[in-house]
Amino acid sequence: MLPALLVAAVELLPLIYLVSRTFSAGESAWQMLLRGRTLEIAFNSVLLAGSVALATVIIAVPLAWLTSRTDLPGRRFWSTAAALPLVIPSYIGALVIVGAFGPRGLLQSALEPFGLDRLPSIYGFFGSWLTLSLFTYPYVYLTVRAALSKIDPAQEEAARCLGHGAWRTFFAVTLPQIRPAAAAGALLTALYTLGDFGVVTLLRYDAFTRAIYVQYRSAMDRGGAAILALLLVSISIVVLMVEARSRGNATLHRIGSGGGRYPRPARLGYAKLPALLFCTLIVGSALALPVALLMAWFIRSLRATTDFSTLPAATLHSLTLGFWTALIATACALPIATLLVRFPGPGARIVERLTFLGYALPGIVVALAFVAFGAGTPVYQTLAMLVAACVVRFLPEAVSACRTSLLQVSPRLEEAARGLGRSHAGAVASVTVPLARSGILAGATLVLLTAMKELPATLLLSPTGWDTLAVDIWTAANDAAYGRAAAPALILIVIASIPMLFLAPRERESGP
Amino acid sequence: MIGLLNGPDLAEASLLRPLALRMRGVDMGYGAMPVLHDFGLSVEQGEFLALLGPSGSGKTTALRLIAGFERPDAGTIEIGGEMVCDADCQAGRWVPPEKRRVGMVFQDYALFPHLSVARNVSFGLPRNGTSREARVGSALALVGLAGLGGRTPDQLSGGQQQRVALARALAPEPEIILLDEPFSNLDAELRASVREDVRRILRDAGATAILVTHDQEEALSIADRVAVMLDGRILQVGPPEELYHRPATRSIAEFVGDAQFVPGDAEGRRAKTILGELPLHAATEGPVDVMLRPEMLRLAPASTPDDGPGAGVLGTIVSRAFFGHDQLLTVSLEGGLTLKARIGAYSGFRPGDQVTVSIRGGVLAFPRQAG
Repeated sequence: MLPALLVAAVELLPLIYLVSRTFSAGESAWQMLLRGRTLEIAFNSVLLAGSVALATVIIAVPLAWLTSRTDLPGRRFWSTAAALPLVIPSYIGALVIVGAFGPRGLLQSALEPFGLDRLPSIYGFFGSWLTLSLFTYPYVYLTVRAALSKIDPAQEEAARCLGHGAWRTFFAVTLPQIRPAAAAGALLTALYTLGDFGVVTLLRYDAFTRAIYVQYRSAMDRGGAAILALLLVSISIVVLMVEARSRGNATLHRIGSGGGRYPRPARLGYAKLPALLFCTLIVGSALALPVALLMAWFIRSLRATTDFSTLPAATLHSLTLGFWTALIATACALPIATLLVRFPGPGARIVERLTFLGYALPGIVVALAFVAFGAGTPVYQTLAMLVAACVVRFLPEAVSACRTSLLQVSPRLEEAARGLGRSHAGAVASVTVPLARSGILAGATLVLLTAMKELPATLLLSPTGWDTLAVDIWTAANDAAYGRAAAPALILIVIASIPMLFLAPRERESGP
Repeated sequence: MIGLLNGPDLAEASLLRPLALRMRGVDMGYGAMPVLHDFGLSVEQGEFLALLGPSGSGKTTALRLIAGFERPDAGTIEIGGEMVCDADCQAGRWVPPEKRRVGMVFQDYALFPHLSVARNVSFGLPRNGTSREARVGSALALVGLAGLGGRTPDQLSGGQQQRVALARALAPEPEIILLDEPFSNLDAELRASVREDVRRILRDAGATAILVTHDQEEALSIADRVAVMLDGRILQVGPPEELYHRPATRSIAEFVGDAQFVPGDAEGRRAKTILGELPLHAATEGPVDVMLRPEMLRLAPASTPDDGPGAGVLGTIVSRAFFGHDQLLTVSLEGGLTLKARIGAYSGFRPGDQVTVSIRGGVLAFPRQAG
């Protein structure tokens, strides 16, 4: 109980820092908060988050329906491919979008012979919106697919019997039931957009994260950065709370046991061609384009004798960071998860809220707090410091994975072991641990892979000269050196694809 | 000898009222696997028919064909005199499910969880009909749920959900109501009472209904007529009593109720068996198997004085299962045959007791099966 509470309280550290820093800044801090510039940044962030959420729903709901309920040609292929953009870190996505549509980019060079030497600028709102929508829609896609698979197909048949055609059935029965899932997924993308650092910074859109970084970098104005960060965290917490509520509503789908029959796929008929075009457009620009472009850059960089000497070290650094983060985050998560699963009560509820809060802490905010805590101490710019920041950042994910795997072990099993003469510790060791092990390991692996991609914390906190893959990509991207960015980006994408082998929506065997 | 009558022939033999449903020559298969073969069925208006068969016999497929969720490979389906599916002619006629005026009650009810009870019931009513509310009210009153329209389905018990599903299917006044194993999700206690309710509600509404079930007791107790299905065909259609007392074949006899067979030699309307000479329902000749239902056996203590021929043969009680309302005794006859006897709860026979076994009433004989 106490260790769990202590660990969970670590999640509060960044918040404590932000609040104390804001208050110690005195009156000027409040003036800053109400300055037109601050409000403009807040408006930009909220506008972007809202538009991305909307766009992801518009992309993901038709994709989910087409790939799970229709006779779309190549349905199995599309259903997996549509989830895959998840493996491309959004800052790599931004790099690709700039490379394709930016000045001197792919599209412009292709159009130059036709006398078109200026494209509308990709920088700012439009580029950020496009990039984030393309690379975060899988969150909505996966939740909506899960919701669709839970709807009893008999409900749609019942609606047909009651005189409703296929379209009216979709709008009256199917859509209302996937709406909570779509809302939850959209809020998740909004939360991601609010906290995303790489895309808005590369595409020069004045959202919170970019403003915080610029403030920190240029003015070394910690107070101003802290106020912006506090505002960002507050907005994120609101989004997070709404998301949690909508997720709660999303659970009621089937009444009764449900036959689990495979629904008969809807016939698309003449709509097949537009449906295929839609899938091709989305998957093409969010998956095929980035991979193809990175490959092309990589091949070109081979000819241009790019210096690859830092690559092994950077890969090793990324792996080291991921390994320690996963190990420590999982070790911290186990007592919390045990408390939540086995000893529910007011104490557990506090711990649960504290860990959940971690989801509303963007990487740049955590990094900022750790820079402030560490500056001047011997741990500053050490690996330990960086790992600590990453642990705070990814603890919620680790807790969620441990909790899920512990929930799958019924306490009845432990009791059965006790009844057969095992001690409490013996029962845990011989029953709970073997059963929960694979789930906990999978969770740790997920944390490892996610931490490897982490950009802002590494950017601010990594020891001097200790560059990771993410930092390498970032530096290259800022120099518009696409060839240099291609190799580390491809390595990261390959590594990030590993968990997709497990998370990809598994197709049920096709029905009768 | 009783011949095998084809479903439609038997069904159409006694038609008085117009037909609500007529299926003829329907073939249906999934891939290479045939599910229905030359399937025919006719249902009169206002009739309650049970489609009884073991799982895998194709009964649910037949129901889904009527509703229009599946397309047959061959055959025709008429609902209320209108051809809704004609897979035989070149052009082919196909009416989609929403235009068929068929109501369906699903196995797990398929109530819409995001809509209130009232909106579930009004779902199938014309959108701008004037009497919408009144029709929802009367449908809910019919199923005994007046006043619960504001609830959501998850606030109702299983039996109540069942009745909402029925009200929803009845509200648009469909030509036929289809019920797909509607009682299988209820516990045994509730099942009998809900079954009774459903029968009353359908009768009050004057609805034509087809019930699909694998439970012979359910089919016999609820329906006006029962159609027995095996391997994608209807083997026999008739009133419950006829099906139970005069099954057309051995396999129907075994599927509908408990049946046991005793070898015998038939001469006209009598058959010689180990249990003596038994009167036959129909005259036949040669080696036969006589069907005995457990309740046709009469047991008496062996010590009672012999009262002449037909008093039965001696046997020993081997085991006893007591059910409360009756009991099932296993009797080993002197000739080596073992039979089950269902008798009242108040007879105090115990395993080991000596009894005399006799048969009440006439019996049914089937030609002797080889082996």
